[in-house]
Amino acid sequence: MLQLFANGIVFGSIIALGAIGLTLVYGILKFANFAHGDTMTLGAYLALLFFNLQLPLPIAVALSVILSVVIAILIDQYLYKLFRSTGPIILLISSVGVALLLRNLVLLFWGPDLTYYSRDIQISYPVLPGLRFNNTDIGTMITAAVLIVLVHLFLKKTKIGKAMRASSDNMDLAEVVGIDTQRVIIWTWTVGTALAVTGGIMLGMENGLRPTMGWELLLPLFAAAILGGIGQPYGAMVGGLVIGIAQEVSTGYISTAYKPAVAFVIMILVLLIRPQGIFGVSKRWI
Amino acid sequence: MDLSGIFSYLIFFLVITSVYGLLSLGLNIQWGYTKLFNIGIAGFFAVGAYTSAILTTPAATDRIGGFDMPFIPALLIAVLLSGFIAFLIGIPTLKLKEDYLAIATIGIAETIRLFFNNEAWVGNGVRGVSHIPRPFHQYIHFDYNVFYLLLMLFFVVCVYLAIEKALKSPWGRVLKAIGEDETVTLAMGKNVFRYKMESLVLGSMIMGLAGALYAHFIQFISPEVFVPMTGTFLVWVMLISGGSGSNKGALLGALVIWGLWSLTGLISNVVPVAYAVKVGALRVIVIAIVLEVILIVRPQGILGQKSVLQMPKNGE
Repeated sequence: MLQLFANGIVFGSIIALGAIGLTLVYGILKFANFAHGDTMTLGAYLALLFFNLQLPLPIAVALSVILSVVIAILIDQYLYKLFRSTGPIILLISSVGVALLLRNLVLLFWGPDLTYYSRDIQISYPVLPGLRFNNTDIGTMITAAVLIVLVHLFLKKTKIGKAMRASSDNMDLAEVVGIDTQRVIIWTWTVGTALAVTGGIMLGMENGLRPTMGWELLLPLFAAAILGGIGQPYGAMVGGLVIGIAQEVSTGYISTAYKPAVAFVIMILVLLIRPQGIFGVSKRWI
Repeated sequence: MDLSGIFSYLIFFLVITSVYGLLSLGLNIQWGYTKLFNIGIAGFFAVGAYTSAILTTPAATDRIGGFDMPFIPALLIAVLLSGFIAFLIGIPTLKLKEDYLAIATIGIAETIRLFFNNEAWVGNGVRGVSHIPRPFHQYIHFDYNVFYLLLMLFFVVCVYLAIEKALKSPWGRVLKAIGEDETVTLAMGKNVFRYKMESLVLGSMIMGLAGALYAHFIQFISPEVFVPMTGTFLVWVMLISGGSGSNKGALLGALVIWGLWSLTGLISNVVPVAYAVKVGALRVIVIAIVLEVILIVRPQGILGQKSVLQMPKNGE
């Protein structure tokens, strides 16, 4: 039980990293980005490419993040930008197309089989009585915690972070007071994609890589974003942990195959009871 | 392939096109008219298929069954059950922003697929349900697939005429009004939630019908059939390319996109097995590119009207 709870924190940190980007894009660009999970996949596989070049871990991760951010911004500028005036649903449909494109490009180049970054066997050691972690678990939690603190500082202390929060609250008002929304959009993709890719790499380290890894994470990501309140990065962090813990603890009682369904049920309950999410403001979203 | 081989392939192709035609018509009620974003088509498709399959097959040792029900009542139950699932999904989502319905429907479709995948006592798990009976088989003394194509065309024409009539009625005009501007429709005193629910349920019932008819034709179903790509996204590309809001466009889109999908499928049959996965990926990439190009170049689709797809700008 304690072990499942702890696994939930590890897995929940990964979901939280993905959900922050999803909720920022949702809040600022006003559309549900169905390609977000596959962005995680792409980043994880790019990291595989750099690991195979024998690059050290931080450099491989950094290169994968930078490349993915560039790809995300290019997709935004050359595709999504065309649909910004036609409304959020066309953007959503377009992002579904991008999701299919990214996933199948990964499938085309890397094949369908489960792949690992490293063949080394992870040794888990006892941390507390009845609780074991391996180095990847510890690394995942520390990285996620550091990144979440950095995101917090970025959003609270920097000018562009404040502009992003303002735009997420009210885009029109932000534009009126002279915020450069174009710059906000670029930064949104940068932060969102960087977090997603880091999460994707950590997921790859935990569970190995498959072309469908990110797509399968999409439902928990949305559940976390909705639970935390759309457009609320802090909500997404909490939501990610809650969904991660709920999914892992559920495996103590029902088949592990139903993990996505657990996220789905929580999401439906939130939509029924408190559709604006834990941290959401009620009137804007109904 | 000789001439009779081509003929029988063509019949098979057209039957499956008709199944997709029905799915596309169902989606047109939901999306084309009412702007309900259902990306869980595969779920309603699966519920229809499994319900009818389980009700009509003889007893099996490894799953529930033995109802031996005739085709018509089983079909009716399959359609009603699909509608009921849609009703349940509609309750928490139809009062919220449109994207929530999208996320919820993809959730239900995946949950339904996981359910059939894992609960072997219902549908025999990954091994699927086989020996699904062919309706009216004993009365048919010519090529059964030709008969089935006629049966499919009968259903497609009936559904097409019924929804054309319904959508031209005052009820249909309210759906269209909701699609164009929900707030104005609400201000006019229409019960928007009720109309949206009716649209969601009716469209999903047609999807359930398509599922049941698919199951009785192929005679075998497994969760693999109801994956998001072939179960949901192809239908979306069909409706968008054919023209959202136009029933003729929905059917034309089904023909064109299923044709494209089958054609690329033929290529994957002739390449060496080692390249099969790569060709499979390329097939999806082609469909995804077609989708993006249509969205950019002709967002209203081949036969769509411009006004139906125009949407209010952000924040308006």
